[in-house]
Amino acid sequence: MALYSDVVMDHFRNPRNVGVIEDANGIGEEGNAVCGDIMKIYLKINDDEIIEDVKFETFGCTSAIASSSMATEMIKGKPVSEALELSNKAVAEALQGLPENKMHCSVLAEEAIKKAIEDYQSRKNK
Amino acid sequence: MKIYADNAATTKMSKQAIDAMIPYMEEIYGNPSSLYEIGQKAKEALEEARERVAKVLNCQPREIIFTSGGSEADNQAINSAAKVGAMKGKKHIISTTFEHHAVLHTLKKLEKEGFEITLLDVHSNGLVDLKELEEAIRPDTALVTIMYANNEIGTVQPIREIGAICRAKGVTFHTDAVQAVAHIPVDVEADNIDMLSLSAHKFHGPKGVGVLYVKKGVPVFNLIEGGAQERGKRAGTENVPGIMGMAKALEDATNSLEKDTAHLLPLRDKLIAGLDAIPYSELNGDREHRLPATVNFCFEGIEGESLLMLLDDKGISASSGSACTSGSLDPSHVLLAIGRPHEVAHGSLRLSFDSNITEEEIDYIIESVNEVVTYLRNMSPFWRDLMTGKRPHVFSE
Repeated sequence: MALYSDVVMDHFRNPRNVGVIEDANGIGEEGNAVCGDIMKIYLKINDDEIIEDVKFETFGCTSAIASSSMATEMIKGKPVSEALELSNKAVAEALQGLPENKMHCSVLAEEAIKKAIEDYQSRKNK
Repeated sequence: MKIYADNAATTKMSKQAIDAMIPYMEEIYGNPSSLYEIGQKAKEALEEARERVAKVLNCQPREIIFTSGGSEADNQAINSAAKVGAMKGKKHIISTTFEHHAVLHTLKKLEKEGFEITLLDVHSNGLVDLKELEEAIRPDTALVTIMYANNEIGTVQPIREIGAICRAKGVTFHTDAVQAVAHIPVDVEADNIDMLSLSAHKFHGPKGVGVLYVKKGVPVFNLIEGGAQERGKRAGTENVPGIMGMAKALEDATNSLEKDTAHLLPLRDKLIAGLDAIPYSELNGDREHRLPATVNFCFEGIEGESLLMLLDDKGISASSGSACTSGSLDPSHVLLAIGRPHEVAHGSLRLSFDSNITEEEIDYIIESVNEVVTYLRNMSPFWRDLMTGKRPHVFSE
């Protein structure tokens, strides 16, 4: 199908890191049901500030699911500081591009990850 | 298994319709306006096709205008009736909230030009209330335009009664019958229709050809100016091969309508029952007053585009009214018109088959939709929230 790149379709058909982390220490959710997409990111960050594990749940279209999958792959095993710098453009590029009207899906991924890290940081500072 | 379940979008051309077209491309390719033999032979064929189409619709051949399809026919009917109305000081038009965009966007344009548009509610069952129609008609109403059958949810309006009301009140009545003709019995005389649009590619005919029926005595203006084709009502060299293919497809579909309907109804109802069994799903539109081969469902907690893509992987071609498939931010205006909330409208699926569908294929569709919906729900945080009571359900289990 020409609408999406092969990488998008691969991550959509075989999404990486789907699920929930029961003992996550950072959770972020972005989007809303009315708009038709919600992305939820679960992070397990260790004492060295490394993202040991990451999982996602997504309600959304092909590119939303593929963006979640790709974004989680890109931050897995990375320091928190690096994950904070992940841009939606980088996610879209790694997916070999998204259709113009689907770029917001990659923004959701970036925002959900940022929210999860913020959640982790606020928990830590408590 | 490969199942094309998007016949409301377009259909595969029948072999018979293709065969009916070929001679008019290879041999009798003349311009019907030309005076030499192959021109006149094309002209004869064209007029014979007009008679055949008229016979199916139960009207006179001179009441048939060949167009480039349903959208053109809708545009011509509405713009024309608006112009006629305006000449008499009538600038009010009645339609419904869930018309095809060929109608709604034309009305929007007319609204900007000073017309007043009343869009009737289609209620949760996708049907117009006759009383509400009657009350909406005013002395300055120039036109009532209501679709025969809805393209997304497949509900069929009480067209005969609507036509009778319009006739009694002396208001011109147009119907977009693109989804209805050749799928259910349509008779312009008995149905009290003044103008009707149809499109050949919805019943196994070619794309790019359709009809505007205009009852004798109803004035009609051109949309396309130029030559004197179609009794001066639609300029442009006639699409003779397309018209021949359309006439053949229309006749064939009409001849087998009774047999096809008998085959389709139990399968449609089996599909509805099968999808109804999926928890937190609901059929869109009235159960009874619907096309024999169109089924539209909403599933809570999932998004329609990903549903379509995974069904495509299973060999099933279908469509959805989710925002992601419409290219806009809002889900289908049809689903919103019947009162579906946005979050549920995003999770819609339309399956529209033809008479070749088998029971085995219906079983496969039910099984596949079940699998994909379950899979997508399992990765949906929205579904999790519904199941943990964090958000209220819209549908019952």
